[in-house]
Amino acid sequence: MNDITFLQQYWWFLVSLLGALLVFLMFVQGGQSLIWTLGRTEEQRRMLLLATGRKWELTFTTLVTFGGAFFASFPLFYSTSFGGAYWVWVAILLCFVIQAVSYEFQLRRGNVLGTTTYRVFLLLNGILGPLLIGTAVGTFFTGAEFVVNKAAVASPSMPVISYWTTPWHGLEAALVPQNLLLGLSVLLLTRVLACLYFLSCMADATLRETCRRRLRIESALFLVFFLCWLVCWLLSTGFAYTPDSGVIYMAPYKYLHNLLDMPVVAALLLIGVLMVLGGMAGGLCGKSRSFWLAGPGSVLAVLALLLCAGWNNTAYYPSVASLQSSLTIANSSSSLFTLKTMTIVSFIIPLVLAYIAWAWSALDRSPITAEETKEEH
Amino acid sequence: MMDAIDSSLVDWSRAQFALTAMYHWLFVPLTLGLGVVMAIMETLYVRTGREFWKQTARFWMKLFGINFAMGVATGIILEFEFGTNWSNYSWFVGDIFGAPLAIEGILAFFMESTFIAVMYFGWNKVSKRAHLASTWLTIIGATISAWWILVANAWMQHPVGMEFNPDTVRNEMVDFAAVAFSPVAVVKFCHTVSSSWVLGAVFVVGVSCWYLLRGRHREFALSSIRVAAWFGLFAALITAHTGHQSGRDIAMYQPMKLAAAEGLYEGSAEQGLVLGGILRPGADWTTGSTDDHFLLKVEMPYALSYLATHDLQGYVPGIRNLLEGGYTLPDGSVALSAEEKMRRGRVAIEALAQYRAASEPEQKAAALATLRQNFPWFGYGYLKSPGELVPPVSITFYSFRIMVVLGGYFIALFAGLLLLGQRVTRWKWAQLAVVLTIPLAWLASQAGWVVAEVGRQPWSIQGLLPNVAAISKLDVGSVQTTFFIFLVLFTLLLVAELGIMGKAIAAGPETDETSA
Repeated sequence: MNDITFLQQYWWFLVSLLGALLVFLMFVQGGQSLIWTLGRTEEQRRMLLLATGRKWELTFTTLVTFGGAFFASFPLFYSTSFGGAYWVWVAILLCFVIQAVSYEFQLRRGNVLGTTTYRVFLLLNGILGPLLIGTAVGTFFTGAEFVVNKAAVASPSMPVISYWTTPWHGLEAALVPQNLLLGLSVLLLTRVLACLYFLSCMADATLRETCRRRLRIESALFLVFFLCWLVCWLLSTGFAYTPDSGVIYMAPYKYLHNLLDMPVVAALLLIGVLMVLGGMAGGLCGKSRSFWLAGPGSVLAVLALLLCAGWNNTAYYPSVASLQSSLTIANSSSSLFTLKTMTIVSFIIPLVLAYIAWAWSALDRSPITAEETKEEH
Repeated sequence: MMDAIDSSLVDWSRAQFALTAMYHWLFVPLTLGLGVVMAIMETLYVRTGREFWKQTARFWMKLFGINFAMGVATGIILEFEFGTNWSNYSWFVGDIFGAPLAIEGILAFFMESTFIAVMYFGWNKVSKRAHLASTWLTIIGATISAWWILVANAWMQHPVGMEFNPDTVRNEMVDFAAVAFSPVAVVKFCHTVSSSWVLGAVFVVGVSCWYLLRGRHREFALSSIRVAAWFGLFAALITAHTGHQSGRDIAMYQPMKLAAAEGLYEGSAEQGLVLGGILRPGADWTTGSTDDHFLLKVEMPYALSYLATHDLQGYVPGIRNLLEGGYTLPDGSVALSAEEKMRRGRVAIEALAQYRAASEPEQKAAALATLRQNFPWFGYGYLKSPGELVPPVSITFYSFRIMVVLGGYFIALFAGLLLLGQRVTRWKWAQLAVVLTIPLAWLASQAGWVVAEVGRQPWSIQGLLPNVAAISKLDVGSVQTTFFIFLVLFTLLLVAELGIMGKAIAAGPETDETSA
């Protein structure tokens, strides 16, 4: 507990775990993006939205906690990325603002914007949320356009320590193909998971069959994009640093080496990918429990990828504008005292997971029926 | 590339934060207040087994849900705005400020978001008692969330438990208990949450009186008024008590805020409290005499001295005294002038630069000693003139009076409703007065935050970091654009919410009046 290096690694693990859980829980977004694709009738659309409507707050909370945990453990990332890649983060936030009201308001009387407007909001959140988050996370491996200069605090006329070097404030990340590939992979993964989730909780046979057929297309597209990204990632030159001096340098095949240097992480990635594939295969065969194979699989795979971004002396938020400004878990973390305090708080996480599991099972005990959509909530 | 911070960037960044915070605060107090009322009603259902209480709880729950969604929508922006618009702040104090936000997420948000789903969708899926527990846990989660965000806010008003680290160029936490349980945070939490309970209670009695006016749902309305009036009276008395404690804290730690809230230019011992007054429009609060600043005022002799120091002869400094210094502080030392504080602040900043540039250990040690000696005034070094230390007086002064007067009115309102009991059904004018009180609860709540936040300008962190050194380096145009995006979007959603809330209230509860 008194070793800051250990605590930095621990908090990178927790932040990565939250990120991985967020990707898994974004099956809610995937489901929203499929409202009109899967829901041929109003009744079906209501059933789909009831299914995701019970879970959206969990996804939302995970996003907020992910942000809070990043702020608390690696405040320099929070300060640099949010203040610099302004437009990307504002766009992501707006996507989630419109989601937050839509489930509650869409079917209420007196709804001046109309039901369709809120469903379009859900669709936008469903597509843009995962796409933008995936693209933004892509910069963890490809770099971003920022400069950090802590000495600026001693300059009263311009004391801001970090700034962006392009006027696009983060939107330029969408021009990097590798980032876009990751964004599309995340979007398609959420849609795959959504199809599997609907298979697990819907009573309606027609709707289940529609989900199963849709799963074929989404799975195929996901595999194409994800494999392209994975190959690029494994072959790419990464951003490494020397632990003693903190000097950042370019390292060929850095992420491939990370997997080789950290066999447990490599195993997590492999197991995760296999579980996602197994879940897809099970879903295509109509097995309703496949969601619980692919979902945890996606958590393991994303966790492994994010661990590769920050562990093994890797700069997790590289700067392509000023290499030595790149953020590592060593140069951007909170103090030893804060990390220790936060670590004690983190021991409560199993309790949180336990009551989430109870609530999840209590609500999903019986499959969703058309009758249930007529009840007032 | 900007070479100096554009003052309009600071203004627009402040405006955006104020806009989003004020919108968010339209919904949060109703969540905290109405949540407790509906949980009490569900408790009555579980204890008595009467369907009437179940339907009563479900009705208030429906309104709670409509409001909650807006609170969530507007809240996510605030958390991330610390990074997007106040990035320097996020680094300079992130080591301390980030922890409460993360703990809020882990302890409170998950509790809220998990159990609210059970509360809405679990009526026929979990037992009565499990459902009741979920309802209480939802509101407890919301209240714990308020605790941590108010800890963070209180820390900004009175920073404690930290030490500046010149190597990392930031403040670092050294005492978590001092941050999490600071007396200022405790008082702020009690005052803010109890005032939110008042708002929730005003909403419930107001809506109930609307039904009485319309001659509908009589038993539902009377039962709701009975529960909410007791709850509201209890909360309003706590609010008044903690408001007084909060005033003492401000007198001790933010005397300029107190001077602004009182319109006090020239302080004195045996200082009177301004009960009411009209400020002279356009008055310059950095010069002149006391008479230059008021058109009219009514004072209660000695009251401010007593409230601020618990001594009728206690000295309370005014704006001029705070700028010029020279008066004796409670610890016996002599107050520094603003000019002197700014000079010492500049020395501290210069010492930091020297420390970072120094290569020899002796040079580093000397620079560090100078930095430590002058660090209490570090933030003053970023200011250009003493006048920047004076917050907008008229906004603070009038907001303070609106808050206090309405706080007193709410106590009278709840006491009156309890005294009237069922007789309220006969007095139409009283019912109308209660209905018209609903927006006043929001006015008081917003006015309270205006006093707290406008009154502490120009500081992001009191004495340590002024706004000008806290912001992100962005184009003014970007912030202006997002300001208007949020303005339009939130206004649109507010209109939609009011429409839905109005229809839900008009539809009324599904209570069977005979089973009450």
